[in-house]
Amino acid sequence: MSSMLAAATSTTSTGEAVQFWILATVAVIGALGTILMRKAVHSALCLAGTMIVLAVFYLANGAYFLGVVQIVVYTGAIMMLFLFVVMLVGVTAADSLKETLKGQRWLAALCGLGFGILLCAGIGNASLKSFNGLGQANSGGNVEGLATLIFTKYVFAFEITGALLITAAVGAMVLTHRERTERALSQREQAERRVRTGTQVPPLPAPGVYARHNAVDVPGLLPDGTPAELSVNPTLRGRGQMRDVSGKALAQLAALEQRSARWLGRDAKGGKGAGRPGGAKGAEGAEGADRHDSANGAAGPGGADHPEDSKGVAK
Amino acid sequence: MNPVNYLYLAALLFTIGAAGVLIRRNAIVLFMCVELMLNACNLAFVTFSRMHGNLDGQIIAFFTMVVAAAEVVVGLAIIVSVFRARHSASVDDASLMKL
Repeated sequence: MSSMLAAATSTTSTGEAVQFWILATVAVIGALGTILMRKAVHSALCLAGTMIVLAVFYLANGAYFLGVVQIVVYTGAIMMLFLFVVMLVGVTAADSLKETLKGQRWLAALCGLGFGILLCAGIGNASLKSFNGLGQANSGGNVEGLATLIFTKYVFAFEITGALLITAAVGAMVLTHRERTERALSQREQAERRVRTGTQVPPLPAPGVYARHNAVDVPGLLPDGTPAELSVNPTLRGRGQMRDVSGKALAQLAALEQRSARWLGRDAKGGKGAGRPGGAKGAEGAEGADRHDSANGAAGPGGADHPEDSKGVAK
Repeated sequence: MNPVNYLYLAALLFTIGAAGVLIRRNAIVLFMCVELMLNACNLAFVTFSRMHGNLDGQIIAFFTMVVAAAEVVVGLAIIVSVFRARHSASVDDASLMKL
């Protein structure tokens, strides 16, 4: 039996051949995508695809443990670490196409081509007509076979691996650690400093006060209707993501919402017109007046009362 | 099909990874290309393990994975600290050893 398992064969099953030709194409496309995509996120996703395909190849080659480890460690941990760093560094950072060395890309591609031809020629010249297969080696279980080797023949390398991993963990912590040069101010000290300097002693105004929305990017309005910039988060202010709350912009938004409501057929049974048996046209008029009014109402606190009035007018 | 085809695929992936290391400028993408090369080596190891009928190749591939994980951790930490100092992840910008 064991001699039969160890007997050298020269071809694999047809199913494996079909799987190979389909998945190898995917793997090569993923690898090419990794080096050709301009954005780092796309590169990372292409590489993740290639690694999953490689995991399937490991399984097909009888390396069951490595196939699972490939998915867990590579696609699960390493690629996600890459994605985290891409997010830290900036998703939008695309590679520049400016060449610092003239003709370097073409030379590099040429070098790669030559290297590939060299490698393939080397493999082609080797006499690899038959193979043994892992039937005998895996007969006691793949994981058991690997464990036997790791804890006997390769036990020293395994121990060194532990030292390497702990060094890498400490190294990553040392490299990314930043020492704090001064103590962080406590809340009480911050409050005392505010009073001493005399700028903005009370809390900052809240966003969205007296406005049409209470979203954080909508500034609160001062009594005269001008937006209070202090009420918006400094980060949003710095990015220029403060929403425009002038009367014109709000009127445009209201008109847009009214048009979309009419398009979706919601105006006939809208909240304001629901109580009346009148036709869709009357309800629409009330709705339009209401929207228009609330747009104007953003300028002052009295806006909340107007919808009722306008409905009465529309009747 | 002979398992030699896996070796050709590994050679192709290794070549693509090497070309990527030469062509790209973004340090993160460079690292991904290095990972691709390591994976290609692993595929070759696993295939050789099957052709020879013993598990030593798989053990070596396993150790390669461990070393690759350690390398990625340290390398990405270096990239993050360089990015903090220079606000760029391009390898062309980091032309000096000191900041």
